[in-house]
Amino acid sequence: MARLPLQGIRVADFTWAWAGPYATMLLGLMGAEVIKIESTKRPDHSRMRSLAAGPTFGGPNQAPIFNDLNLNKMSITLDMTRPKAVELAKRVVRISDVVAENFRPGVMDKLGLGYEVLKEVKPDIIMLSSSAVGGTGPNRHYVGYAPTFAALGGMAHLTGYPDSAPIPMMGSSDLRSAATSAFAILAALYHRAQTGEGQHIDLSSTETIAVLVGEAFLEYTMNGRIPTREGNRDRIMAPHNVYPCQEENSWVSIAVATEEEWQALCHTMGDPAWVKDEKFSDAYRRWQNQEELDRLIGEWTINYSPTEVMEKLQKVGVAAVPSFSGLELFQDPHLKERGFAKEVQHPAIGKRLVVNAPWKFSATPAEVSRYGPLLGEHNQYVFGELLGLPQDEIQRLVAEGVIN
Amino acid sequence: MAGVKVLEYADLISGPYCTKLLSNLGAEVIKVEQPKAGDYSRSVGPFPNDVPDPEKSGLFLYLNANKLGITLNTKTETGLALFKELAKSVDILVENHPPQEMEDAGLDYPSLRQINHRLIMTSITPFGQNGPYRDYKAYDINIQAAGGLAYVTGDAKREPLLTPWGQAGYQAALNAAIGTLSALYWREASGLGQHVDISVQECIASILGDVISFYSYMGMVKPRCTTLSDLSGVTIWPMDIYECKDGYVDICILEPHQWQSFVDLIGNPGWASDPKFEDRRLLFERTEGQEVPDLGPLIKEILKKYTVDELFHGGQQRRIPITPVNDAQGVLHFPQLKERGFFVEIDHPEAGRLTYPGAPFKLSETPWSLERPAPLLGQHNKEIFSNRLRYPKMELVKMAEAGII
Repeated sequence: MARLPLQGIRVADFTWAWAGPYATMLLGLMGAEVIKIESTKRPDHSRMRSLAAGPTFGGPNQAPIFNDLNLNKMSITLDMTRPKAVELAKRVVRISDVVAENFRPGVMDKLGLGYEVLKEVKPDIIMLSSSAVGGTGPNRHYVGYAPTFAALGGMAHLTGYPDSAPIPMMGSSDLRSAATSAFAILAALYHRAQTGEGQHIDLSSTETIAVLVGEAFLEYTMNGRIPTREGNRDRIMAPHNVYPCQEENSWVSIAVATEEEWQALCHTMGDPAWVKDEKFSDAYRRWQNQEELDRLIGEWTINYSPTEVMEKLQKVGVAAVPSFSGLELFQDPHLKERGFAKEVQHPAIGKRLVVNAPWKFSATPAEVSRYGPLLGEHNQYVFGELLGLPQDEIQRLVAEGVIN
Repeated sequence: MAGVKVLEYADLISGPYCTKLLSNLGAEVIKVEQPKAGDYSRSVGPFPNDVPDPEKSGLFLYLNANKLGITLNTKTETGLALFKELAKSVDILVENHPPQEMEDAGLDYPSLRQINHRLIMTSITPFGQNGPYRDYKAYDINIQAAGGLAYVTGDAKREPLLTPWGQAGYQAALNAAIGTLSALYWREASGLGQHVDISVQECIASILGDVISFYSYMGMVKPRCTTLSDLSGVTIWPMDIYECKDGYVDICILEPHQWQSFVDLIGNPGWASDPKFEDRRLLFERTEGQEVPDLGPLIKEILKKYTVDELFHGGQQRRIPITPVNDAQGVLHFPQLKERGFFVEIDHPEAGRLTYPGAPFKLSETPWSLERPAPLLGQHNKEIFSNRLRYPKMELVKMAEAGII
């Protein structure tokens, strides 16, 4: 019995940057063997960046973000401008179950690795093609990154303070798109298990964001209204915001949905006189007057730390949780007990904390088991052991620059 | 996913969106709602003409299309017994109730495994099935805060911001669907079900990207900032949302050649050939105290002269990542999405004909399908209890009168 859900599945991974690699990494966390097909001449661009304003860039094998997005994977190098390299890539596909790529539509075809070709190599292959706006349609050649998916998909317009411009969404859009890709691949794997049939998945990152703001379209189609930015406001709940606490830039989120919760909040605040004001006497009025409500609640929270507010309010059944910073995520006792972060030893970067798998399986626990691979680290294993190439042939291919 | 049977015991977003993903691909989803009130999302809206109606809530209609709907009062013994009968006959159960509540009702995984060892049970809760916050209450804004997302969204000088609406729930639903399908795949060979425990907080915290890396590798706390390139607010590369003549565009320039093309797009202004703007990438590695000329105000001023379309198409033709910041109308009318058939129209018996987003991918052999409208409250009681579980119709009447269904 397999120890991990996807044990035995192999992925030929042509992806790069964020939206592709995170998808295959999710599969890798669940036990799939993911072989990243890279090239020394054109490395994954997340290998080539240091974090903004950070320490000096240390080379393609020391990139933090690459490590975080490519855990559990293997890496081989092939110069895809060489026909022999393309042949070797096909041989890797032949022993794989899934091919994943997120180049601009048309690139894989130009390389001689389009779906129709790969289907000949392996008839039941499942191929994911992820792109900014999809592989078909008038704009399919248009370029995009995480912020543009969220802008095109309608999420950026909705995010921001009521009185300011839309906020660009950052890397999380890539990772949402990647999660959607992983889902689609799994659906295809299940279908193949039932029927023996593979297929091609054409995923549009923009669409993966648009589906997350479905209500906005319903509002428009129902009432002709275009929803816009409302800061932290909710359609119904008030109070519903993030409130300042004692230390500078420390905040606690509080949300109240029922009369009962409101009473509990008032009581915990010591039943100050203002809560009796008729401006706050029912849910509707609290919503109407929430600007003032928020100010008054803030005058209470400012005396405490976010954790103190959380503990006081959770005790009486009111939803209050601190707004954790990156540092606090690692210090939070709950996340620690859940095993949210795992330490991984990287040969060049050293020991680092990375995010562990976001599911807990009772029978087949998924987890981070190795660091993001060094460039070409598994050439010997893949070409020698998996493909069975004799040693002298591998050496020749390296000398010729095919394996590079 | 035809032939896969799912029981959904969930409210709002995190459970329902998970099963929606499965139902779009052909799984049969039976949604369990409490009699009379139903799923909480029935009261959220939006509503046609702003008149609240539990059969016409936009959020409910969107998340629950394609599903069969039954009512069941799980606070009664009979209701629980019926629930367990259903749990026996399905492949997957997706629920998002507080762990203690499920335990008290005898619906926790160890209990349900006794009656169906092949059951895959996916539980989605704010903080997971264990740990000090396990029983804490949290709505979506609280989880976005707990997951670290709010802290890095918005303006550094203002409060942390929510990403609307219910984004914590959606991400958890996506992760839950991934975990569920993996467990289903594993069951093919092993013959066994299992429990998939999803913590919404963890789902959000795992998509923060470089926020984690900032702390883990540099011991730095990433603040709220809108441009990736510089933490002090100085624009190194145009990576922001800019106002133009008739709306907003998002520009995300990462490579030097894109910068060159951009300069060309905006008419080669004099300042762009100033050597201090040349290799901006060097500025990623700049030394302490080195003065960095701010591109921001210069770009903002120039872009106001152009329309969204000019920048979008002109930019894309030069391979610059520029897109409009679409509002709902913009997305609905976007030619690329229309051509791909992304939106579908469904007729609902009460709410009428409305437009819904479909699925964000095309599967060549098993295309997604969104045809059936969301169920009316208890619409399929007869189908499920009478036709499938074989309770005579009179029993159903009695059960309804007793508040069981």
